[in-house]
Amino acid sequence: MTVWNWLALGGAAVVALTVVAAIRRHTRISVAGRRFFRHPSAAPGLFVLAFFVTVALAAPLVAPYRPYQQIDIDRLADHAPSTRFLLGTDPYSRDVWSRLAYGARISLGIGAIAMLVAVTTGVVVGGVAGYFRRWVDAALMRLVDVGLAMPRMFMLLMVVALWEHVPLTVLVLLIGLTGWFGTSRLVRAEVLSVREREFVGAARALGAEPARVIFRHVLPNAAAPIIVSAALGIGNVMLLEAGLSFLGMGVPSPAPSWGNMIADSWQKMAVAPWGATFPGLAISLVVMALNAVGDALRDALDPRREAA
Amino acid sequence: MAAWLVRRLAASIAIIWAVVTLTFVIVHLAHGSPCGQSDGRPVSPEVCAALTRQFGLDQPIWVQYYKYLGGLLHGDLGWSFALQRPVADALAEALPNTFTLALTALIVDFGLGLALGIYQAARERRFADIALGNVALFVNSMPTFWLGLVLLLVFAQRLGWFPVGGPRNPILCPRVDSLACVADFAWHLTLPALTLGLVGAAGTARYQRAAMLEVVRQDFVRTARAKGVRERRVLLVHALRNALLPLITLFGLTFPFLLTGAVLVETVFAWPGMGRLAVTAILQRDYPIVTAAALVASVMVVLGNLLADALYGVADPRIRVRGA
Repeated sequence: MTVWNWLALGGAAVVALTVVAAIRRHTRISVAGRRFFRHPSAAPGLFVLAFFVTVALAAPLVAPYRPYQQIDIDRLADHAPSTRFLLGTDPYSRDVWSRLAYGARISLGIGAIAMLVAVTTGVVVGGVAGYFRRWVDAALMRLVDVGLAMPRMFMLLMVVALWEHVPLTVLVLLIGLTGWFGTSRLVRAEVLSVREREFVGAARALGAEPARVIFRHVLPNAAAPIIVSAALGIGNVMLLEAGLSFLGMGVPSPAPSWGNMIADSWQKMAVAPWGATFPGLAISLVVMALNAVGDALRDALDPRREAA
Repeated sequence: MAAWLVRRLAASIAIIWAVVTLTFVIVHLAHGSPCGQSDGRPVSPEVCAALTRQFGLDQPIWVQYYKYLGGLLHGDLGWSFALQRPVADALAEALPNTFTLALTALIVDFGLGLALGIYQAARERRFADIALGNVALFVNSMPTFWLGLVLLLVFAQRLGWFPVGGPRNPILCPRVDSLACVADFAWHLTLPALTLGLVGAAGTARYQRAAMLEVVRQDFVRTARAKGVRERRVLLVHALRNALLPLITLFGLTFPFLLTGAVLVETVFAWPGMGRLAVTAILQRDYPIVTAAALVASVMVVLGNLLADALYGVADPRIRVRGA
């Protein structure tokens, strides 16, 4: 770690603090914003997320080494944390902190994109099922029943093993496309109640197409549970990615995803625990932050479920 | 009630059938071959052709599908290429291990989770509640297999209190038949079960705390307090009985969680259960085992939901389904 890396790391913390403060300032005018920040772990959670996103974006600045660089396989493999290697080195003599910083790009990216795919699919399916009801609803919901009964981890393992070298984009798509079933149920339930309200009838009476009614009138009024489930879902996807990578079936190997880092180092857990411990800690922290923010969002957006 | 049960069972079977079919299709897109790499020696083309014919892999896919379903209905799960034995035998050996692990984890999960949740609710917004709440949130956010690694490092490798893996001592206890060996088995079971149970318990505690707090605000609790019932009794008898209801849903959801978790935890602890069997089979492209494992997993999920729904009916007369 050079002085510059430390400065950049400090800078990342400052940026994260500024972001949280800015969000707080901008949302203060709304009831939901104030309620969000009243939740005790909302601000810390947001800070952790902002910090890791900043580190991911600024990885070349905060990381002293390149993530694939094997510094000295003879003498510097499994080196303990020191001033030069903040979090030690892994069995291939790569700097754990540098891989962690670059890995944030992959792990957070997968979480966000896969969740986006899942939520989009879930919203469309749930919206269509809830709006049209009848056989469309019945057919789609039976599909969802099957999807929910599917052992997800298992299916993913199977497909990955089958294609042998699954590119990252396909993996992300697969994770997303196997994760929308719960969301679609949620959306459907919400749509079923919203579609009976007067303003929907009014929109239809004015001659709006079904697509317009669903996307412009019904769904925005069902947004709260969708946002909450998305926040909680990113964490789930990150855990899933970590599990798949741990079994060697996730992100292709030399790439530094946090799950991969654990997979690379866990056999050396007894002599060099830092290699597997820190990435796991990073996953836990980020998922915890996502859960905290998700809880706070629920309190803020869904006044019916206040308290508790 | 009977009609409801029949309908639910029919739906469950349909769901399981769909999952099995999906698995079958995915697997057969891969062309798993019996010319396996189980011992690494290349198999001659003639032998390979003979094997392919023997396992019926040269027939069109719908014929294979038809035969597979027919076999399933007769309890025949097929023949494992890699293990050279019937799939049913391999499953019968692995399933009890997974069930023991999952059941012990379930006890840790709900025992600890309930106790923590109730305690937190009783101390609402005080230091203990907030501290435990944060710990629970953190544990609930851990990757299960990583918690397993950490527990292994601390309690097996550093402190040496527990063994590093496996279901039992292979020399002293080749099978569990004496009291000492039962103890040995329990000793081996502790860490994997704790790993699986703790992550679940953290979630259960969060759930239970919220459920308790919701109930505690209701009038009948105030009535109980006003009558002068002691606080302990109010919480543990009056409130708890009503706060247990939402836990039934959680119980149904925990089933698949324990199974998914088991896949990873069994790998970490070298526990010879379903999860490890399936992962090994996937790696070896031993598809008959893979399909069977997917079948078992989906049966578990469906059974979990069914059980939860049935329990709901027993526990809460308000939502009991009438004849219908």
